[in-house]
Amino acid sequence: MVLDKGSNTLQEKVDTGEHDAAHAEPHIVPPILYIKIFSALLVGTGLTVGAAFVDLGAFNPVIAILIACIKAVLVVLFFMHVFYSSRLMKLTVAAGFFTFLVLITMTLTDYLSRAWGLW
Amino acid sequence: MDSHAIAVTPGDHLDHGEHAVSHEHPAYLRHHFESVEQQREASAFGMWLFLLTEIMFFGGMFAAYLIYRNWYYPAFVAGSNTLSITLGTINTAVLIGSSFTMAMGVWCSEVRKKSGLVLCLSLTILLGLVFLGIKYVEYKEKFELHHVPGANFSIEKFVHPEDPKTPALAADMAAKTQVYFSLYFAMTGMHALHMIIGISMLCYFVIRARQGAYTNGYVQPIEYFGLYWHFVDIVWIFLFPLLYLINRHPK
Repeated sequence: MVLDKGSNTLQEKVDTGEHDAAHAEPHIVPPILYIKIFSALLVGTGLTVGAAFVDLGAFNPVIAILIACIKAVLVVLFFMHVFYSSRLMKLTVAAGFFTFLVLITMTLTDYLSRAWGLW
Repeated sequence: MDSHAIAVTPGDHLDHGEHAVSHEHPAYLRHHFESVEQQREASAFGMWLFLLTEIMFFGGMFAAYLIYRNWYYPAFVAGSNTLSITLGTINTAVLIGSSFTMAMGVWCSEVRKKSGLVLCLSLTILLGLVFLGIKYVEYKEKFELHHVPGANFSIEKFVHPEDPKTPALAADMAAKTQVYFSLYFAMTGMHALHMIIGISMLCYFVIRARQGAYTNGYVQPIEYFGLYWHFVDIVWIFLFPLLYLINRHPK
């Protein structure tokens, strides 16, 4: 279903190709937004380093990954313009990260649960 | 250019009808696309598909990292603590800066500022080279300390740490720091290779940008190379905490 919707979007673009003059120019992200994202990324880097020196036990890696994920989402949405992209592009990007999560989750589920009940 | 050559052949008119005759298309519109919009969408889609394969390529190494970190955690802590947080943080900032200049390059291309585009691309090259230079200093130190996996690897500093506050590892666990350094060199090395490829492509783009190739409305090469460069930045955003910041407060 979802995939059908994606290909429909592409088909619509093909069908409405003649009207491209109306929306030929892509959304131009203003430099001020790039500067804000750049600053946020630097602050995130500072927070990551700062948090690493505080003993939070098991939450240290959680915080580090969480900040890294927020930084990555900012880069993907604004530096990579996904926020302003078509639904097909958003779906494509989401599919990539979903497949990556499948790789990590399924692999770790096996390794972390293999010795369960044997302790 | 070649698209124009083909678009004026009679056979093409059969496919496109009055469309090809009545409209003036920009030179960069390839003949197999209906419109600039469609060409842009198809290029972005193709670039993202390539990046998805890249996610899975680095994903395999991240999966290996997570499993071995789970198995040999003390060795990973000891290995991670030999890295310089200062150099790692500077490099993170440098790379984020290069992503920023790349994004500004895309903006310059969109608003057709030729000198701005050349400047932004050149700054991106410069920051990329600074990153690789710092990486070289870090690698060199690892070779000098015999912390490169292989026949010359030394577990000495992990079994008998110089700093009394650093916990000593048993010889078998200390040997597993080689697993950490293997992953360190594989992941940062692959990342550095991507940067070298990116810098080479940027050099080409600077030459073409000086000729005005990307400030005539044709933003795609700059925009989609930007996607690659930002992707490399994202990989580092994850590599930095995972490799440099494992348990920085050993009890």
